[in-house]
Amino acid sequence: MTFDTDRLPLVVPDIDDVTAPYWAGAARGELLVPWCAAGHHFWIPRSFCPDHPEAAVTPAQVSGLAVIYSFTVIHNGEGQFAPAAPYVLAYVELDEGPRVMTNIVDCEERELRIGLPVEVVFHGDDGSWAIPRFRPQDGSSR
Amino acid sequence: MRRGRIAQAEAFIVGAYEHPARKLPGTSLAEIHAQVGLGALADAGLTLADVDGYLGSGDAPGGLPAVVDYLGLELSYLDSTDIGGSSYVDLVNKATAAISRGECSVALITMAGRPLTGKRRGPAPDSPFLGYESAYGHSIAGSYALLAQRHMFEHGTTPEQLAEVKVAASAHAQHNPHARLPRVVTVEDVLGSPMIASPLHRLDCCVITDGGGAVVVVSPDVWRGLGRRGAGILAAASTIDHTRAGRVDLTKTGARRTGPRALAQAGIVAEDIDYASIYDSFTITVIQTLEDLEFCAPGQGGRFVEEGALRAPHGRLPINTDGGSLCNNHPGNRGGMPRLIEAVRQLRHEAHPAVQVPDCELALVHGTGGHLGTRTGAATLVLGRP
Repeated sequence: MTFDTDRLPLVVPDIDDVTAPYWAGAARGELLVPWCAAGHHFWIPRSFCPDHPEAAVTPAQVSGLAVIYSFTVIHNGEGQFAPAAPYVLAYVELDEGPRVMTNIVDCEERELRIGLPVEVVFHGDDGSWAIPRFRPQDGSSR
Repeated sequence: MRRGRIAQAEAFIVGAYEHPARKLPGTSLAEIHAQVGLGALADAGLTLADVDGYLGSGDAPGGLPAVVDYLGLELSYLDSTDIGGSSYVDLVNKATAAISRGECSVALITMAGRPLTGKRRGPAPDSPFLGYESAYGHSIAGSYALLAQRHMFEHGTTPEQLAEVKVAASAHAQHNPHARLPRVVTVEDVLGSPMIASPLHRLDCCVITDGGGAVVVVSPDVWRGLGRRGAGILAAASTIDHTRAGRVDLTKTGARRTGPRALAQAGIVAEDIDYASIYDSFTITVIQTLEDLEFCAPGQGGRFVEEGALRAPHGRLPINTDGGSLCNNHPGNRGGMPRLIEAVRQLRHEAHPAVQVPDCELALVHGTGGHLGTRTGAATLVLGRP
């Protein structure tokens, strides 16, 4: 079976002054990740870098390319995700460094493996936010 | 570690009580707190009027003041640390520190929960991580499954090795008349049970139970007057482990910091431990915690548990001889309290004879709270038989 995106619920995020640019970026199809002026990206968005609280933090667009760090096929989703099961929960490691939680979509279970190259896709259509998920990079496994 | 040194401990667990029920449809949470509190005090030979310290956690119905009011306590010390299921292991540490500062001399710690028959509790609604985790269907089993998958990838851990943790727990649970799952299971049973979140099967998961438990921690002076054997608190360490701003490491737990600290503080090494209560929300939880507590080398947890190392009474490191959260009890989805209580039974030599570790003198308790894979409380205690 294919883990397609249509079954996955779109959970409305809590958007505030600090996180709004990230969600708006996603709505435009841009994956924005906090960039610390000390020279690295981090996750999740916040107004400061926990490692360098004195350094400036800005939302920075990243490539959207990543590899799977770990994954699981969840067969008993909870709440809104109950009808979505089975679905894939994963951590992916962005090419820029941070490991972020996500879903892997548009793939078959047999394709899933740690190290699989993936790319970001966005789901959501109201213009102020979208949910970033990841799918196998073209030609990476099929 | 000689008896004399253990008798010099700063505080002692001298009362312990695990609620015998695993389903409590008609009992309020406050009433469960009262029943286990009174049970632990009776075990110690004390009464409510003796209590001058109370420590509870996020499970307190109506908050700490409501439970203290319901019990009718007059307090000079209180604490309500909430780091999920590990809270109660950490609270023993807090009680010990308060007793050594002279802030109280009889500290009661209670917990209760009714996930089977009570109201459902969801994730904390204001967590800053919700939109980046819950939005993807992050679940408890899913979080631990991510660990298991990565551990298998990095270290070659097998589903059979994970299953052995459940098999050992079930071998112990058959002797516990209160265990939720008293039936002995095989590796094949575990691997044949439905997949919950790959690679974790239903039998890789702990039980869900109503219930609760309590312990009483007292000063050396009170302990000497009671004549009830307790467990001396020799060392304790707690921390919170987390995603480190995008550098989450799924192969490590907070035990890598609390374990070595607690062992060093007690002046012992892991091999000196006779019995361990290891929080076992899932089979993978045990394997990774054993590594971080230095019972085996990093990555070797799967191989360590093979060949019955965890099985009482003669395994290399008997753990969770009541059947653990995997088979006995995980009240309120917070398993730290029954882990603590079984360690006290072992040190008193009051565990079931079939699983009592011979000459058990040193025990370690490790609690894990929250979700390994995102953020967790971690608390380690070293206890000794005085």
